Amino acid sequence: MNSVLAAKDLRLVLKGRTIFTIEELTLRGGEVMALVGPNGAGKSSLLLTLALLRTPTHGTILFKGQTVTKNNVLALRRRMALVFQEALLLDTTVSRNITIALRIRGISRSEAAARTERWLERFGIIHLARRRAGQLSGGEAQRAGLARAFALEPEVLFLDEPFASLDYPTRKALLSELGGILQEMGTTALFVTHDPTEIPWLATRVGVLHTGRIIKSGSVREVLGSGFQDRRELSLWPD
Amino acid sequence: MNIIIDGFREAVRLLVTLDDEVLGITLRTVQVSGASTLISVLLGIPAGMLVALNRFFGRGLLISLINFGMGLAPVVVGLAVWLCFSRYGPLGMLDLLYTPTAMAIAQTIIAFPVVTGLTLAAIQGVNPKMRLQMLALGATRGQYFLLLAWEARLGILAAVIAGFGRVISEVGASMMVGGNVRGYTRVLTTATVMEIGKGRFELAAALSILLLLLNFFIVSAMSHLQQRGRK
Repeated sequence: MNSVLAAKDLRLVLKGRTIFTIEELTLRGGEVMALVGPNGAGKSSLLLTLALLRTPTHGTILFKGQTVTKNNVLALRRRMALVFQEALLLDTTVSRNITIALRIRGISRSEAAARTERWLERFGIIHLARRRAGQLSGGEAQRAGLARAFALEPEVLFLDEPFASLDYPTRKALLSELGGILQEMGTTALFVTHDPTEIPWLATRVGVLHTGRIIKSGSVREVLGSGFQDRRELSLWPD
Repeated sequence: MNIIIDGFREAVRLLVTLDDEVLGITLRTVQVSGASTLISVLLGIPAGMLVALNRFFGRGLLISLINFGMGLAPVVVGLAVWLCFSRYGPLGMLDLLYTPTAMAIAQTIIAFPVVTGLTLAAIQGVNPKMRLQMLALGATRGQYFLLLAWEARLGILAAVIAGFGRVISEVGASMMVGGNVRGYTRVLTTATVMEIGKGRFELAAALSILLLLLNFFIVSAMSHLQQRGRK
């Protein structure tokens, strides 16, 4: 499979502190990579850097073989989508949140309306289309955030602990649904979590980040082990 | 108490009879304060956003100066503008002293820091991750500013209301640079002060009531805009 996103000799230093040092990281077309690690490992900073929202101190990022530069960063960012832990919806209705995102990227009104309806339907929240973002529950808001991200038809989807603030039943339902959609759409995604139990639902590959370095990487089976049941059985990173 | 009641009666009479002079004064008040608020908004909102979103040397000092400017005494602003536009001042050749333009300039100087400072605070109140999300959506710099302004619109409208409230009620600067010339630079506040000086308290009370009503209707309209669609 072709590389969609690649990073080489990537380093981020903030206020004299090295946040991460990544020698090489490749995200291939259609794969969902989970980046797992303890709090403060540099997962979110790495994700923001790869999503072209933070400029690395050193190194190169390639998007489909094209080197990311100041000149093409906006155009390349428009081929990606990002979902945070909080849904971060604009203070307007659910459907307008999606159409505004599409209009920002120059999608026509009619196409934006069609995509909005399709993805609201897909995430089971079409009945909330006219509801204001502030009136949604946590789970509903996250569904709206995911619908917005998928409506953008991104070539790479970034997910930064999108279920961390949801209760268990909501998290389980969304994980299962999202896993199905990612597989069905063949979406390339990078998924950050500190909870290894979420990995088998979504990921095809895992990278373990610890103190800013990838200390383990491989298929889900290789990294988690075939008998993975519970996060307590894991020792993915040193204490 | 009688003065207030008589003043209220006089205000009703002036409104009902559409007194030419009072209507002229009221219209001029709206024009001068409206123009200065509009200019303050056009300059202050972008300025507040730029200061909120950028890091540069001296930013802390600049924010302190903006906050200091929010409480600037109108009479001091009036004096500064008067000195600038007086015959021997650096801008004396423009011949603007004792004109509505000079009044609008002085009021703009009064309202600008209010609009800028409150816009700055409103933008800083937007969740920093929301800003990242806007960029992740692929917003250009212009789109990013518009989205941010949308998210901070309650605070920004409060800035506009505060700016307008400050200039429509000020008297020191308008008196100093406008001169309270009948039919030309006389506004509701300067007319009120003049009537008090003449001992015509009922008329002064009537003008004050008109000023309050005018302020109330304009601020109510802006508040309605601010709270639209909210529960």
